[in-house]
Amino acid sequence: MSSRCRDAFAIALVCACVWPSMANGAERVLRVCADPDNLPYSNRNGAGFENRIAEIIARELGTSVGYTWHPQLRGFVRKTLNEKLCDVLIGVPTDLELVRTTKPYYRSAYVFVYRAGERAFDSFDDERLMSARIGVQLVRNDLAATPPGHALAGRGITQNVVGFPVLGDGPQAERIVRAVADGTLDVAVAWGPPAAYYARLQTVPLAISAVRAAGEPSSLPFEFSLSMGVRRSDNELAQTLNGIIDRRQEELHAVLAEYGVPEVAPVPTDAKGEMP
Amino acid sequence: MDAASGRIAWRAYSTGPDRDVLIGARFKPFYESERGKDLGVSTWPPEAWKIGGGTVWGFVSYDPASNLIYYGTANPGPWNPEQRPGDNKWTAGVFARDPETGEAQWFYQLSAHDLHDYDGVNENIVLDLTIGGKPRKVIVHPDRNGYVYVLDRATGEVISATPFSHITTSSGVDLSTGRLRYEPKKEPKVGRVIRDICPASPGAKDWQPAAWSPRTRLLYIPHQNLCQDAETTQTSYIAGTPYVGADVKMKAGPGGYRGEFTAWDPAAGKKVWSIREDLPVWSGALVTAGDVAFYGTMDGWFKAVNARDGTPLWQFKTGSGIIGQPISYRGPDGKQYIAIMSGVGGWAGAVVAGGLDPRDGTGALGFVNAMKDLPQRTSKGGMLYVFALP
Repeated sequence: MSSRCRDAFAIALVCACVWPSMANGAERVLRVCADPDNLPYSNRNGAGFENRIAEIIARELGTSVGYTWHPQLRGFVRKTLNEKLCDVLIGVPTDLELVRTTKPYYRSAYVFVYRAGERAFDSFDDERLMSARIGVQLVRNDLAATPPGHALAGRGITQNVVGFPVLGDGPQAERIVRAVADGTLDVAVAWGPPAAYYARLQTVPLAISAVRAAGEPSSLPFEFSLSMGVRRSDNELAQTLNGIIDRRQEELHAVLAEYGVPEVAPVPTDAKGEMP
Repeated sequence: MDAASGRIAWRAYSTGPDRDVLIGARFKPFYESERGKDLGVSTWPPEAWKIGGGTVWGFVSYDPASNLIYYGTANPGPWNPEQRPGDNKWTAGVFARDPETGEAQWFYQLSAHDLHDYDGVNENIVLDLTIGGKPRKVIVHPDRNGYVYVLDRATGEVISATPFSHITTSSGVDLSTGRLRYEPKKEPKVGRVIRDICPASPGAKDWQPAAWSPRTRLLYIPHQNLCQDAETTQTSYIAGTPYVGADVKMKAGPGGYRGEFTAWDPAAGKKVWSIREDLPVWSGALVTAGDVAFYGTMDGWFKAVNARDGTPLWQFKTGSGIIGQPISYRGPDGKQYIAIMSGVGGWAGAVVAGGLDPRDGTGALGFVNAMKDLPQRTSKGGMLYVFALP
């Protein structure tokens, strides 16, 4: 177990005792489970955009945020939200079946990351990908687990692809983006929010462009809508959060823009969170 | 290895150029698709053979008459077949080699471009059978892909390939080309849900060895009856990265039972009798000259049945699930003993031995889903039981 996990477990235990449930406690704190070290989303210093969004929600509810920290790895929902260590996850894919999701409040995409000044990559059919050194994110012990990995493999592009696992020396997205900046990679295909965030922190100017999903033969998704997540039984809280999203959507977009999150147009089918 | 000195006498790889695979002038495979130069390289994307799998983790058989050894090679890597277009030689097949030089005599690929993790490592039982009125020198290989193969052990020709379990992933073996006929509807594809993939990844039978009785002329096959659903559409989210998961969930096959102990006539290519077991039969089989067949169950029963008709004769509840190999031996006192190791584990038993959470069906590569009840049925163990015959 990495030190990152160990710290998170210790803090999770402390926080579980301190913060009472929203439902039965007089304090009615907004109990949020979040990763203690996963910028740009969240960290324990409150520097991530999900920390900022949690503050906005708490303000609307007239309360403050209480965190249970836990690394967002396999079992995160089961060990946090479903153990009632918290009531809300600030950012989850809208179609994540493990939780009840609110209406989406942003939608992002996988992006190509490359050195500024190069001709923009926007499609997996770009002939440069046949020979370029390409980085992809590994989220499981299977090189093809992210949609870009599958799309490349589907075109027979397998030998010039480098996988970056979740755990390692520093955040995954930072490692993959830095490899583009220092010339180890020609191009990376990574999830938009962290890729864009770390691209801005490099000393070498980098460019990003969203992966164009159109033209992909399979039903592979390259864009995902993001929602807040609550326990599946917690419809009341979901409806409360939907109201807050409606009222504060502009403010949420402003926070996301501050972190450089590449937003793409919402899709009409993103109505799941509005269902009773 | 040289038994006297420990020096490596030869080493043969399962992928790569012919010189690494020890394929040379003696190599005479029966089927066209196994012939050609450096197929261990050219049937893969560039360089992919270097991480191509084909490990040799099963049994090696030896036939003194032909002076050949026989062994199977495991599935190709990585799991996702889209990443490795081609036949992926020399994975998921059987090699016949000279034991002294390692030179390959023939190879037969059971599952070309394996789609379902059907390793070819199961045992190759050296037998002389009468088939169609003619004596044939064969090896019999009950494979993970669900067929009992009877191969000519001199040439690698497939004499017969007969299903011994429920199969949806293929529709038979073409005896003119030797190729498994895959069912395209069951081919794993990213972004598509595929249900009822039978047999599941551990196969119709995994490594647990079958036993042959020269008295009954039957092969006693311990095996499973499992199918799986590949749920590839569910969105997952790890460390702020959304992706489409490719989770597998195994389940009981048709009939609702998960295991079977089958007496098989390899000459006729047919089942003679079988005993259904609720749990996968993950132990080896033993058959004695007294016409008694033995096997164990994953909830700890050690069973003896009549080898001729499967009638139960005796059973004993051991302290843990049985995935070991029963053996028979004569003790120094001249008596016959039967020994069995009790102690659940392995892929099928990982939910108990590894203390996995039975609520997460995708654990142990999806095997936990089929074994959720095992923690209630047995517990960890590790004890040798020896029974004396009266």
